Amino acid sequence: MSRWGMIIDLDKCTACQACVVACKVENNIPSPPEGEALKNRTISWMKLIPLRSEGSESERTTYAPVACQHCDNPPCIKVCPVDATNISDEGIVRQVYSRCIGCRYCTNACPYTVRYFNWSAPQWPEESKSYLNPDVSLRPKGVVEKCTFCNHRLQKAKEIARLEERELHSSDYVPACVEICPADALVFGDLEDSASEVSQLARSPRAFRLQEDLGTEPKVIYLSQGE
Amino acid sequence: MSNATTVLGPDEILLDPITRTGKGFYWLVAVLALIGFGGLGAWVYQLMFGLGVTGLNRPVYWGVYITNFVFFIGISHAGTLISAILRLCHAEWRRPITRAAEVITVMVLFFGAGSVILDLGRPDRALNVIFHGQVRSPLIWDVLSISTYLTGSIIYLYLPLIPDIALLRDRMPHRRIYRLLAVGWQGTPKQHRVLEKAIAIMAVIIVPIAVSVHTVVSWVFAMTVQPMWHSTIFGPYFVVGAIFSGIAALIVAMALIRHFYHLEDYLKPVSFNNLGLLLLVMSLLWLYFTFAEYLTTYYGAEPFHMTVFSSKVTGRFAIPFWSMFVLCFVIPAAILGNKKTRTVKGCVIASIAVIIGMWLERYIIVVPTLSRPRLAVEVVPYAPTWVEMAMTASFFSLFILLYLLFTKFFPIISVWEIKEGREKSVSDVVERVQGYLPGDSSNRKIETLKSQLGHS
Repeated sequence: MSRWGMIIDLDKCTACQACVVACKVENNIPSPPEGEALKNRTISWMKLIPLRSEGSESERTTYAPVACQHCDNPPCIKVCPVDATNISDEGIVRQVYSRCIGCRYCTNACPYTVRYFNWSAPQWPEESKSYLNPDVSLRPKGVVEKCTFCNHRLQKAKEIARLEERELHSSDYVPACVEICPADALVFGDLEDSASEVSQLARSPRAFRLQEDLGTEPKVIYLSQGE
Repeated sequence: MSNATTVLGPDEILLDPITRTGKGFYWLVAVLALIGFGGLGAWVYQLMFGLGVTGLNRPVYWGVYITNFVFFIGISHAGTLISAILRLCHAEWRRPITRAAEVITVMVLFFGAGSVILDLGRPDRALNVIFHGQVRSPLIWDVLSISTYLTGSIIYLYLPLIPDIALLRDRMPHRRIYRLLAVGWQGTPKQHRVLEKAIAIMAVIIVPIAVSVHTVVSWVFAMTVQPMWHSTIFGPYFVVGAIFSGIAALIVAMALIRHFYHLEDYLKPVSFNNLGLLLLVMSLLWLYFTFAEYLTTYYGAEPFHMTVFSSKVTGRFAIPFWSMFVLCFVIPAAILGNKKTRTVKGCVIASIAVIIGMWLERYIIVVPTLSRPRLAVEVVPYAPTWVEMAMTASFFSLFILLYLLFTKFFPIISVWEIKEGREKSVSDVVERVQGYLPGDSSNRKIETLKSQLGHS
């Protein structure tokens, strides 16, 4: 069984935000109604946040892309009263939009604040409505959503592999943010496969995870900036 | 129909609120209904446009609604828990106040539970907690615990009501509802024995349920790893706070009943004095827990905890934080610690301070933690909008309205228990005290006292 994970190399990342935009387009993220952005109601599954470099001698602040960390031990799943969020066999933390009651307990239990709430009915600019991704369901107002590691791409890749009567390759499946990254700062793959690039990079001495001491076991692994 | 149940003598005044209704009552009902149902208009607005009409945002996902939830559930401990403890302790001064307390519990629980529904993004799916309930979520523990408590509290309110309902049935045979609810009560000695046993059993059962309710409410916060929520003392801390605010609500309710229904002869200063002392003890206990909680955080000085700590003590939440301290400790301790000021008026002032202070306490627990997330997310300060304020006003008004209507249909002071007190409690107490004392000589003294009391 695969265990999907992501590497974010802060040495390579230029904070260009291509991943942020690619994610929004791929996942049908609505744009906030007028004035709502100022109230901190923008939904952005991938987001740049200031991060103090951990593991480096000198303290410095850098902008790092942060999405759902897809924890192996996710605090959000435990607290959901209706089982509307769960973790797949392959380690992807998912959200069941049609079951979520919008209590926002998961958003508050998440130590990374990467779960987003639909404060109002979703809206898209008129011109972009025809470009909505048919593979990703639209979320109604009042439910929680978050990064899914582009789970729909995994489903699609599996389907294609099945039709072509072959095994699924790691390279068949990458999330939109990884695909777009012009600096190759994002690497995606199977952490279970010790030969994969993600596994090798995860063993790097520069590797660290956010809020590691909380024991959430994230599968997004950062590589700290060199000197 | 036994004649004894219908002759009340001086206790006739206890039925006055039911038989006579003044103009003022209708005005009050009109005002409360206007605010109550008018506020529900805000809910319709919220249902149409989503929770964006509140001041909530990312990361402050919970605000006034959840504060109200914890607050209302806290007030509910007035009732059943205090009444049960007083009954179990055979505190004779409980007789005129138990029902006023029990009604608070039942009525306020609806608004506690209602506040959560109000906070849901998808209230239409609220029943998913039953269809897809996931027992490892503390919110499901809440659902189980609060529904058990509500059921238990209704039974515990209803049982001691039966003899009084029978009395009303005999007085007003045209009201069929009393006949139905009186379940054939005739006041026979056997019925009394069964009823008293049932009340005693419920009093024992309701105490652990009530404790569990507020423990579980606190665990909604404590079970997460968030700074200043993840605390082992939250269970008992919340229970203490709940009883504290509950007693305060009870004192205010009693003062209003006493004033408007002219029941000064029943709700005497001694009841206020005793409850005032209880409130003082709870204030000190609350201070102890608060001090323990904040000192532990401060001394440990864990950075994430400290950011939340400083935001409360010296930062953006300093005004509500220190107001809470003054309202929950300084004012009640100053008033209630002095026998001269522990009057009806003094107790009411202290209680109002405690009620406001405990609401702030709940706010100070919910909002600052969310406003200081572990990762450096930009924060827009949370401030409730008119929708949240209207809903809060609505829930408070509807609670008072329900309480008021109860007093118009049922005696708010237990008639039969007062009567029983007149007939039995003096000799019961004498006997009990007699049991405490050593030797025969004391027995003789008590005998003398008993005969003296008999003569007078």
